[in-house]
Amino acid sequence: MFDSLSEKLQGTLAGVRQRGALTEDDINKAMREIRLALLEADVNFKVVKQFTSSVKERALGIEITKQLNPGQQVIKIVNEELTALMGGQSAGITFSPRPPTVILMAGLQGSGKTTATAKLAKLLSEQNGSSVAVAACDVYRPAAVDQLIKVGAQAGATVYERGTDADPVDIAGWALDQAKRDGKDVLIVDTSGRLHVDQALMAELANIKKRVRPHVVLLVVDAMTGQDAVNVAEQFAEVAQFDGVILSKLDGDARGGAALSVKAVTGKPILFASTGEKLGDFEKFHPDRMAQRILGM
Amino acid sequence: TLFEGDLDEETWERLEEALIYADVGAATTAQVVEELEREAEDGNLVGGEALSNRLAELLAQLARTGDDKIDLRPDPTVILVVGVNGTGKTTTIGKLAWHLRNTLQLQVVVGAADTFRAAAVEQLERWGERAGVDVVKGPEGSDPGAVAFDAIARGRERGADVIIIDTAGRLHTQTNLMDELTKVRRVISKQMPDAPHETLMTVDATTGQNGVRQAKLFGEAVGVTGIILTKLDGTAKGGIALAIANELNIPVKLIGIGEQLEDLRPFDPDDFAKALLTA
Ligand SMILES: Nc1nc2c(ncn2[C@@H]2O[C@H](COP(=O)(O)OP(=O)(O)OP(=O)(O)O)[C@@H](O)[C@H]2O)c(=O)[nH]1
Ligand SMILES: Nc1nc2c(ncn2[C@@H]2O[C@H](COP(=O)(O)OP(=O)(O)OP(=O)(O)O)[C@@H](O)[C@H]2O)c(=O)[nH]1
Ligand SMILES: [K+]
Ligand SMILES: [Mg+2]
Ligand SMILES: [Mg+2]
Repeated sequence: MFDSLSEKLQGTLAGVRQRGALTEDDINKAMREIRLALLEADVNFKVVKQFTSSVKERALGIEITKQLNPGQQVIKIVNEELTALMGGQSAGITFSPRPPTVILMAGLQGSGKTTATAKLAKLLSEQNGSSVAVAACDVYRPAAVDQLIKVGAQAGATVYERGTDADPVDIAGWALDQAKRDGKDVLIVDTSGRLHVDQALMAELANIKKRVRPHVVLLVVDAMTGQDAVNVAEQFAEVAQFDGVILSKLDGDARGGAALSVKAVTGKPILFASTGEKLGDFEKFHPDRMAQRILGM
Repeated sequence: TLFEGDLDEETWERLEEALIYADVGAATTAQVVEELEREAEDGNLVGGEALSNRLAELLAQLARTGDDKIDLRPDPTVILVVGVNGTGKTTTIGKLAWHLRNTLQLQVVVGAADTFRAAAVEQLERWGERAGVDVVKGPEGSDPGAVAFDAIARGRERGADVIIIDTAGRLHTQTNLMDELTKVRRVISKQMPDAPHETLMTVDATTGQNGVRQAKLFGEAVGVTGIILTKLDGTAKGGIALAIANELNIPVKLIGIGEQLEDLRPFDPDDFAKALLTA
């Protein structure tokens, strides 16, 4: 679908080897290609600006070597910078010494929270042998509770639900009491989808957080998200101070620039990749693979 | 306004950024900027205010593709709703059914052909109750084509004016699931030669450049006749719908602006164009 950036850069910088040095003009041309590739991958344009200026700085220092042609050298820098930006502390879920470890899920409508709740429950119970419960705090979306009852059971988790008449904050608090009483290792709190600009629902999220004092707050972000990803991430970071991100729907062919945008503006790591509708389609996130994917390499 | 004073290099850069920021995408953005630059060079466009006006006009013109009305004359009108996961198919069907029934006093039957996702049928049933329309469902895990068939048969028996078929969300890259959708469409056409009369695809307004691929591949699989642009109540502008209209000639027909029954609107290219560039 996309010409690989690497090919384009080698084309752009083809004449350089004979001349023996990169000029500012060469670099600007290369930066234009990089900029376009990142924008086509949905990286936020402000993030792209910052990124290309740091790549440019390093590229200006390039010395032409025999081993790598200029195109390859620029690609190498882009790759390193991108991997550094995507990576950083490759943390996982840190368990509380005093169980239950409480994990709060948040995100926009339809991003994949409920599915990810069940996937994470399955992963933690299979890999760590934890006993996991999930709490149904979405009282708004029709049949959201039924959905969590089903996928929670498939994941082998206990589902704490009180239908749709109770208040989500109260359900969350009640579920935490249940989890303590039942001696659960982990409680994952599923919440309803909400827009980052919906003040009432964002306040509700803050209140759920206050009530259950989660050890980990996770933002679920759809890999197909465009430029708006930074607005969403900034608002959720402010209201819910999330610790990490689950990137969903990575099984498609979206380049997933949203991952870079979210990481760049919040500094929070992407912890898990959700790669399908089945509960097993869930894995640890690999920053280096994501960097390659964003670049179409 | 976004543009003031003389039209210079910086103006074109700002314009480009604004369009990219709205998810319009590189190709359509370049086309718009080139067109306006040419008009400015020819002396037909002078000053920021003229640019703003002409820009809104041009964007609306690009968004206005083909027939953006839903024709309800076929009796019954069959509408198939498709799209990638979580984009708003089921919710939109609830709102649309309610609108048809309450504003136009039409008889509506809805088919629950998402037999895959956990509680998808229950979700549609709740919407059916809210909208006051009948929902036809099959046993869990049953064939979606069979449910679509039943919904149309039952709809015709009951003299329904409109029959709307919900389908499971799927990524356009999942060949087997796309084939399944083609089969659903074929089942419908066999039963009623000119149906489905509309095949609407939901696109989430927050979607980035992948939206064009989605529309292209769903279009190839089932012949998409219109886009429903959902979740426009957030800060995302839905510019990808402009790229879809411009590059694939598929019109936007409806927009979703919330999660309540009344949060569905006809698409207005002029409003859309104006909103695209306001902060
Ligand atoms: N292909 C694919 N589909 C996914 C993935 N994760 C979730 N989905 C699908 O996306 C749709 C929405 O998922 P949900 O888990 O219901 O999303 P949600 O965030 O809980 O939605 P709301 O509660 O309505 O805000 C469903 O059709 C899921 O099956 C994924 O990684 N890949
Ligand atoms: N804010 C807002 N939310 C919406 C809108 N349309 C749908 N939603 C929400 O988006 C989420 C997903 O909607 P669904 O109708 O379940 O989407 P779907 O395409 O049927 O999902 P799958 O069947 O799982 O593929 C739900 O939480 C809806 O309430 C809209 O216009 N605005
Ligand atoms: K047009
Ligand atoms: Mg949910
Ligand atoms: Mg649905």
